Amino acid sequence: MRVLGARPAGATALHLDDDLDPRGRLVVVGNGMAGARFVEEVLERGGGDQFRITVFGDEPHGNYNRIMLSPVLAGESSEDEIVLNPHDWYTDNGIDLRAGVRVERIDTAAKQVHAADGSVTGYDHLVLATGSYSFVPPMAGVRRDDGSLLSGVYGFRTIDETRAMLEATSRCTRAVVMGGGLLGLEAARALQGHGLQVELVHAMPWLMNAQLDAEAGAILKRSVESLGITVHLDVLATEVLGADSVEGVVLKDGRRLDCDLLVVAAGVRPHTDVAVRSGLEVQRAIVVDDQLRTDDPDVYAIGECAQHRGEVYGLVAPAWEHAKVLADVLTGTDPAADYTGSRTATKLKVAGVDVAVMGVSTPERDDDEFLVISEPKRGVHLSVVIRDDRLVGATLLGDTRKVAFLTQAFDRGAPLPEERIRLLVDLSDGAAEVGVAEMPADSQVCNCNGVSKGDICGAVGGGCGSVGEVMDRTRAGKGCGSCTSLVKQIVEWAADGELAEDPAASYYVPGVPMPKPELIRAIREHDLRSVSAVFATLAPNGKDDARSKMGLTSLLKMVWGHDHIPEKDAEFINDRVHGNIQRDGTFSVVPQMKGGVTTPAQLRRIAEVAEKYEVPMVKVTGGQRIDLLGVRKEDLPAMWSDLGMPSGYAYGKSMRTVKTCVGSDFCRFGLDDSTQLGIDLETRFQGIESPAKIKMAVVGCPRNCAEAYVKDVGVVAVGSGRWEVYVGGAAGATVRKGDLLATVDSPQAVMTLTGRFLQYYRENANWLERTYDFVPRVGLDKIKRVLLEDAEGLCADLDAGIQRAIDAYRDPWGQDAAEPATPGQFRPALPLVALPKVPVR
Amino acid sequence: MSLTEERTTTAHVVGRVEDVPPGEGRTFVAGGEQVAVFRLRDGSLHATQAACPHAGGPLADGQTDVDVLVCPLHQYAYRWADGSSTSGTAPIRVFAVHEADGALVVTL
Repeated sequence: MRVLGARPAGATALHLDDDLDPRGRLVVVGNGMAGARFVEEVLERGGGDQFRITVFGDEPHGNYNRIMLSPVLAGESSEDEIVLNPHDWYTDNGIDLRAGVRVERIDTAAKQVHAADGSVTGYDHLVLATGSYSFVPPMAGVRRDDGSLLSGVYGFRTIDETRAMLEATSRCTRAVVMGGGLLGLEAARALQGHGLQVELVHAMPWLMNAQLDAEAGAILKRSVESLGITVHLDVLATEVLGADSVEGVVLKDGRRLDCDLLVVAAGVRPHTDVAVRSGLEVQRAIVVDDQLRTDDPDVYAIGECAQHRGEVYGLVAPAWEHAKVLADVLTGTDPAADYTGSRTATKLKVAGVDVAVMGVSTPERDDDEFLVISEPKRGVHLSVVIRDDRLVGATLLGDTRKVAFLTQAFDRGAPLPEERIRLLVDLSDGAAEVGVAEMPADSQVCNCNGVSKGDICGAVGGGCGSVGEVMDRTRAGKGCGSCTSLVKQIVEWAADGELAEDPAASYYVPGVPMPKPELIRAIREHDLRSVSAVFATLAPNGKDDARSKMGLTSLLKMVWGHDHIPEKDAEFINDRVHGNIQRDGTFSVVPQMKGGVTTPAQLRRIAEVAEKYEVPMVKVTGGQRIDLLGVRKEDLPAMWSDLGMPSGYAYGKSMRTVKTCVGSDFCRFGLDDSTQLGIDLETRFQGIESPAKIKMAVVGCPRNCAEAYVKDVGVVAVGSGRWEVYVGGAAGATVRKGDLLATVDSPQAVMTLTGRFLQYYRENANWLERTYDFVPRVGLDKIKRVLLEDAEGLCADLDAGIQRAIDAYRDPWGQDAAEPATPGQFRPALPLVALPKVPVR
Repeated sequence: MSLTEERTTTAHVVGRVEDVPPGEGRTFVAGGEQVAVFRLRDGSLHATQAACPHAGGPLADGQTDVDVLVCPLHQYAYRWADGSSTSGTAPIRVFAVHEADGALVVTL
C-alpha cells in the first residue's frame, strides 16, 4: 500500500537518548486534523524546545485534509494535493510519529501510553485527538462473521476507504448511499460523476436535517434529484443483501434497492474507546473543561472526540480553535487561555448546490426573529434567526451572495439593518415608491382617523403643498402616528416632485420655527420660563399656537425643572386635571402602584372609593395597576383625597409605570430581585415628563414575564447579579424588541444608566417621538458611545439633568386636591350632559 | 314672495371674567343652553357651543390660540372667526360674548 505523505525510503531519524533530554514529554494520540494542527500550534509557540513530542496515528499516512476526500472521490483532486504534513515534516521537526500504531489504553496513574505494538510511552502531558469514526447503523447482513464490513460496503471517512471506493467505481454500476447529510450527498454526487446510478437513502424526513430546516431540505432534494440522483426520505435500511459481496439493501417499508456498491455515511461517532478504557469521564464524547482538560489533570482532549460544555463539534473550525487554546496553555504562551465554545459557520458546495450554514437553523425561543425567503423554483432558500438583535443563525441555499456580510454579523456581532430583509436581499431604493404606487386608492392608510390613500391624494390634488398640510387637512397620522412615514411617502408620490420643501418637518413644534436643539438654546439664552413667553419671544409675530403648547410645556419642564412657570392653558386637559380623558368627557383615575405591587389595605380603599363614587368600570391595566374609569371631572379631587394614594401618571407624556415579575423572592426561576428594582426605578423616575410616554419593566429572568424586551426601558436579570438594560422596545401600534444597551452588574448601575438614557432621550427626542423611533434614528452605537463611554462628555450633565427633574417631582393629586390650580379647574365642561355616558359595568 | 326669518337675541350674564382663567375655557349655562366661554391671553373673549359636533367632546377642555379652538378628544380645530372646521368637517356655533363691569355677557 502506498503511504500518503511517506518519507523517501532509506532516510533515518536521529533520536536523543531519553534520559539526556531535559524536555517534557508531550504525547498526542491522533494524527488527524485536530492532532496535527495542535502539534503545529505547539511548534509555532516554540514548543519544540520545551517538549519531546510523540504522535500516534491509527492510519499509516502522514496528516491529510479529511475534508478534501470528497473531491478526491469525485476525481477532482489528487491524493497528493490533500497532504497537509508528510512524514518528512515530522522528522524535520523532531517529532516521533508512530504512524499506523493504535493506542490501546492509557495508564493515567503511571502516566504511560500502551500501544498495540506493545510499546509503552511515558508522558508528562497527553492530548487525545482521536476524532470520529463512521457510524454503521445496525442492519442484518452488513458485517461478516469477523465483524468486518461486507465486501462492497464502505464508510466514507479515510483515504483508504476513498481509494477502495474509487477502485470499485470501475466495476460497479449501481450505488446506494446511506445518509443524506453532507458526506452522503457528496459521496452520491461523486459516484454519480463516475457514471454510477445512485440512490440515496436518508432516515430523516429531509436532507441535511442537522443544518437545514424542512423547507430548505425539500428544496435541496429537488436540486439533487435534478442531477439524476434518486432520493428516498424518512426510511431506514434494515438489511444488506449479498453473501460475498453486496447485492442490494432492503428498506423498512419492504422495498428492495439493488446495488453493487453501498456507502454508509449515516453520521459519525466520537472515538472514545481509549478514553473509556483508561477511566476518563466520557459522556457523548470525552468531557473537557474550558482548558480542554479531562478529569485527569494531565490528559486533554481536542477536536471531534471532545465534549465541551455539552457540545460535540463535527466541523474542523472548532477543532482548530481547541488546538490553539491548548497550545497556548501547555506552552505557557497564555496559561490562562480558555475556550468558551465555537460559533460554527460553513460554506460549501454540496452536490453542486451552494450552501452556507451558521448557527441555528430555526428559531428556538419565543422571541427569536425568523426571516425566510423561499423560492423553490429557483432552488433558493434563505433564512436568518435573530436573537437580541444579533444574528444567531443563517441558512443560505442556492444563493450565497450575502454570506460575507452574514458571516461577519455572526462571528463579530456586527450591527444588523433595521429592515431585516436587507440581511438576505439587496433592496433597490425605489422599492418603497413602487409599493406606494401600487396601493389601491381605497386602501386605508391611517386607521385611527380612517384616511385612505385616495383621501391623501385628493388633499394633494386640492392644493395641499406639504406633508404637514395634508396631515392637517385629512388628519392622517394625527392619531397614534404609526402611519406617518407611509403618509409622507404617499404625499411625495402623489405630488410627484411638486412638493414644497417642508421646513416645518424639522421643527420641534409647528408654532415655533426651530429644531429642538436650537429651541433649547434660545429658551436658555432668553431665559424663557413660560410657554407664553416662548411664543412672545420666538414665534413669528409673537403668535401663539394651540398645537404647540403641550410640547413646549414638556420642554420647559425639562429645561427648568421646578423653576419653570406653569401655565395651565398650555397643558393638555389630561395634565390640567391629572387624569386621562375618556370618550364622554369623563376621566380615568389610576393610582400609583409601584412595580405592580399592592396590599389588601390599598385594595380595600380602592374598592370603597369605587363604590362611593359609582365608578362605571374597575379594570386591571396592562401596566399592572388598577384603573377607575368613567369618573366625573368634579369628583376627581375628592376621590384622590379618599384614596390617599399618589397619581400613577397614566395620562401624561411622562414616565408611567414599571412592570415587574415576582422575581427571585418567589419565582423558582427568578435570578434576581426584579420586584424591588422595579419599585426603586418607579420611585426614582415617577412622573418625569418626556417627549412621549415612557413604559418600563423589570424581569427576574429572560422568560420575560413582565415583557421587559418590549418596553422603552426594559431590565432583565441574567444571574450572578447582572442585569441587561434594553431600550427602544415597543408593543403598541409598533412592535419592536428593545436594543441591548448594556449589561451591568448592580441595581445601582441600572438606575444610573436608566437615568442617563431618559435624560438623553428627553433632551434629544422630537415631541411625541417614542423611544422606538428615537433609538434607531440616533443609532444604538451612538447612544452606547455617549452613555457608556461618555464619548461626548455629556454624562455628568445628563446625570445632573435627570436629578433636577427628580427633585422637581410633586404628586399632582396631593397638590391640586387640596387647592385647585386655577378657578374652576374641576368644573364640568358639559354641565347639562348626565355623565358618565360610558357604559356602567 | 320672500320669507324673512325673524331672530331674537337675548343677552345672558353667565359669570365673572375671572371665572375663566387666561387661555382656558369654562362652560356656563345660558338660557337653558351650554355655552363654552374662552378668555385668550390677549384678553379677547370667545363663546362657542359646548360639545364638539364630531363626537360630543367637551370643547371647554380644549386648547386655544388666537385663531382656533382644538377639541381635546380628536384634535378637530375650529376657527373663532366663523366656527368653521380647519379640516372641512361640520362647523360649530359661535356666540357673541363681551365683558361688562367684570361680568361675562353671552348673547344667544
